[in-house]
Amino acid sequence: MGTATFKGGIHPPDKKELSAHSPITGAKPPKIVVIPLSQHAGAPCKPLVSIGQEVKKGEMIGEPGGFVSAPVHSSVSGKVIAIGEFQNAMGRMVNSVVIENDMKDEWTALKDSPDYMNLSADELKEKIKAAGIVGLGGAAFPTAVKLSPPKEKPIDAVVINGAECEPYLTADYRLMLEKPKEIVEGLKILMKVLNLEKGYIGIENNKPDAVAKMKEATAGEAGIEVLSLEVKYPQGAEKMLIKAVLGREVPSRGLPMDVGVVVQNVGTALSIYEAARFGKPLIERVVTVTGEGIREPKNLMVRVGTKISELVEECGGLKDEVAKVIAGGPMMGFALSSLDVPVTKGTSGILVLPEEGIVHAEDFSPCIRCGRCIDVCPMGLMPSMLSLLAEKGHYEDCKEYNLFDCFECGSCTFVCPSKRPIVQLVRVAKSMVKP
Amino acid sequence: MEATKKEHYLVVSVSPHVKSEETTSRIMWTVSLALLPAILSGLYFFGLKALFVTVLCILSCLVFEHLYMKVVDKTSVVSDGSAFLTGLLVGMNMPASLWSFSPFEVHIPIIASLVAIVITKQLFGGLGFNIFNPALMGRAFILICWPRPMTIWLHPTSSFLALDAKTTATPLGILKESGMTELMKVFGDKAGLYQHLLTGNVAGSIGETSAIALLIGGLFLLYKRYITWHIPVSFLGTVAILAWIFGGKEGLFTGDPIIHLLSGGLMLGAWFMATDYVTSPSMKKGQIIFGIGCGGLTMLIRLKGGFPEGVMFAILLMNCFAPLLDRGVKSKVFGLRKEAAK
Repeated sequence: MGTATFKGGIHPPDKKELSAHSPITGAKPPKIVVIPLSQHAGAPCKPLVSIGQEVKKGEMIGEPGGFVSAPVHSSVSGKVIAIGEFQNAMGRMVNSVVIENDMKDEWTALKDSPDYMNLSADELKEKIKAAGIVGLGGAAFPTAVKLSPPKEKPIDAVVINGAECEPYLTADYRLMLEKPKEIVEGLKILMKVLNLEKGYIGIENNKPDAVAKMKEATAGEAGIEVLSLEVKYPQGAEKMLIKAVLGREVPSRGLPMDVGVVVQNVGTALSIYEAARFGKPLIERVVTVTGEGIREPKNLMVRVGTKISELVEECGGLKDEVAKVIAGGPMMGFALSSLDVPVTKGTSGILVLPEEGIVHAEDFSPCIRCGRCIDVCPMGLMPSMLSLLAEKGHYEDCKEYNLFDCFECGSCTFVCPSKRPIVQLVRVAKSMVKP
Repeated sequence: MEATKKEHYLVVSVSPHVKSEETTSRIMWTVSLALLPAILSGLYFFGLKALFVTVLCILSCLVFEHLYMKVVDKTSVVSDGSAFLTGLLVGMNMPASLWSFSPFEVHIPIIASLVAIVITKQLFGGLGFNIFNPALMGRAFILICWPRPMTIWLHPTSSFLALDAKTTATPLGILKESGMTELMKVFGDKAGLYQHLLTGNVAGSIGETSAIALLIGGLFLLYKRYITWHIPVSFLGTVAILAWIFGGKEGLFTGDPIIHLLSGGLMLGAWFMATDYVTSPSMKKGQIIFGIGCGGLTMLIRLKGGFPEGVMFAILLMNCFAPLLDRGVKSKVFGLRKEAAK
C-alpha cells in the first residue's frame, strides 16, 4: 500500500539531520525553575504553595482552575522563592511559581501501579488528569478533557501522531526510536480509557527507522496499526493526520471527535504510560535544541520551568550575536524576545536561526495571483483573497472566504513569491471579526 | 548562567520563519527566459527590424514604468522584471514592419507600450491589480488606431539586414481572404505549410510565428511548474475541436485543426498570455472555463469575425471574466460539506 496523505501541503527543507542522531540526554538540573501556572489551553491553575514553602519533586503546586485545565507540578525539590507574574515564551506575563532547586531530587510519594492495565477506564483517566498531562505536540490541550468526549460523539479510533512534520524538530523521532514500547503502552491505555478496538500510529516516511521500530513494538498487538505517511508539511496537523490515516474529514470548524477520533502526540502517549504505570506527573519533556545558529544541537529531556537560556548554554551557546530564537518549529513557532523564559509542557523545540538564516518579513510586494497559496493550502482556502481583503481592512468579507477554517500552518506564506505575510494578515482579520 | 549574559540581539517576527526561494522577480525573469527561443526565431526570420522593434518596446515599458512610479512618488521596482516582460511581450506582438521612418511608424510601438504600462497596468492599481493583460491591451489599442501599419507583414527570411524587406500576408490572412486553395498554392502542400508554421517561416508578429519555439518555452514553464496545463490545454483543445467541426468549407467535421493550432498568435497566446497570473483565474476549475472561453472566442472571430486572427480579443474578453470566475468557482474547503456551503 502507498503512503497516505492529504491534499495540498509543502516541502520545506527538513533540516532534521542537525539533531536526528543525538540520543535524548538529560539536561543539567536547573538551579531555579519558573513554572507558569498556565501552560495549557484553558483555565490557569490556582497556586497551592506559598513563598518559603519546601516542595518535593512531582508535588502538585497548582490545581486546575476549571474543567478545561490541567494541574501543574514541581519539577525539582526545593524551596518556593517567588510567586508572581513572569514572562513566558509567547511574551505574555503569566502567574508563575519560582522554585530554587536544592539539587536533592527528592520525589514526592508516587502511586505505583504495576498492574495498570487492570485498572478501570475511569481510574486510568483520573491518573492522566492528576498527572497534569497535556498535548505535547504544541497546542497543550489537556489530555483528560480530550478523553472525556460528550456522549453524542462516540469515539472509535485513536491516532498517535508521530508525523513531526515541522522542519528541524526531532523530539518525537528520538522518542519513537528510544521508547517505542512505552509509546505503545500509552496507546493501549488510551484505547482502554476510550474503550476502543482500533489504534493507529502515523509517522512520516522520512523516518523509516522510526516506522520500523514502532512496527516492531506493535508486533502481535491486536488492533494497532502503524502507518507510513507521505512527507509533507503539515502532515502532523490533526485534521490532515486523520484524513491521511482514516480518510475522514473533520467538518469545517469541528473537532476530531466529530468524526469519532482522538489524536495524541507520541510524547503525550509516553507521558500517559508513565502516569499510569508510575503515577509520574508531567514535569519533564523532550526538547529539541537545534538550528544552524546553535553550536551543538541536542535532544534534551528538560524539566518544565528550565530557562531557555540554560538550554542554549548547554548546547554550546549561540553562534552569532544576532539570531532568531524560536520556541517550536520554524513554521508555527514563536520568536522569543528574551531567552530568560521557561520551557513549558508545550515547548517541543528551541530553534536558533543564525543571522543569515533570518527571513525579514517587512519587504513584500503585491499579490500577483499566481495561485501557489491556493494549491498548497491544506484546508482548501484561498489565502490570496484572505490576504488581499485583510490588507484592505475588509475583515467581514474574509468570512466569506472561510477565514476561521485557517489554522495558520503557514504553508501559503512559505510559498508566496511576493513574500506577503499572509498568515499574519489572517491573524489580524481573525482578531477583528467574530466567528 | 554567566556565559549567556553576553549581549545578544534577538530578532522577533511572525511565523513562518522559513520561506521558499521563489520570488516575483524570479518568476518574471524565468518567463522572459522561456520566451527566448521564440524571440530568437523571430529575430532570425524578420531580421534587424524585429530586433529594433522589440528593444524599443522593452525600453519604452521600462521607462514608462519608472516615470510613472516617479510621478506618483512610489519606489520604482523596474528591477522586478515585470515591466521587462511586458515590454518583451508587446514587442513580440508587433509586426517587424513597424520599424519604418517613411512613412513614420516608430511611434506606434511606443504608444503600445504606454497603453500597456501606464493605462492598463498602473492606472488600474499596478502589479497584481490590472484586469486586462497589459501587452495585449497595448496591441489592441494600436491595432484599432493604426489598422494599416499593424497589418503589414514582412516576408520571413528576406534578409537579416534588410531594412526595406518585401511584405506578404499571414497564413490566417490568406485563409480568410482567399481560402484554402490559395493557401496551398503559396505553401505547396499541407506538409509544407505545417513545416513553415512549426519553424516560424511565415509572416506574422515578431514572436508568434514559430510554434516549435513557443512550445519549447511553454513546456519549460510547465516543467518548472510556473504554469499548469489547465489554461493552455483547454484553450488549444477548444480551438482544435472547433476548427475541426466548423473550420471546413465542405461542411461540418472537415476543418483542419492543425493549421488553426499552429498559426497566428495562438501558441504565444495560449502558453504565455492567457496564463498571465494576474489576469487569469486562480482556481483550476476556473482556469479550464477560462481556457475554453478563450478558445471559443478565438474561433468565433477567426471563422465569423472581420479579423483573420482572434486570439488577442478572445483573451482580453476572457480577462473580464477572471475575477468573476474566481468568485464563482471557489475552492473545496476541507471539511465543508456541499450542502453546508452556500
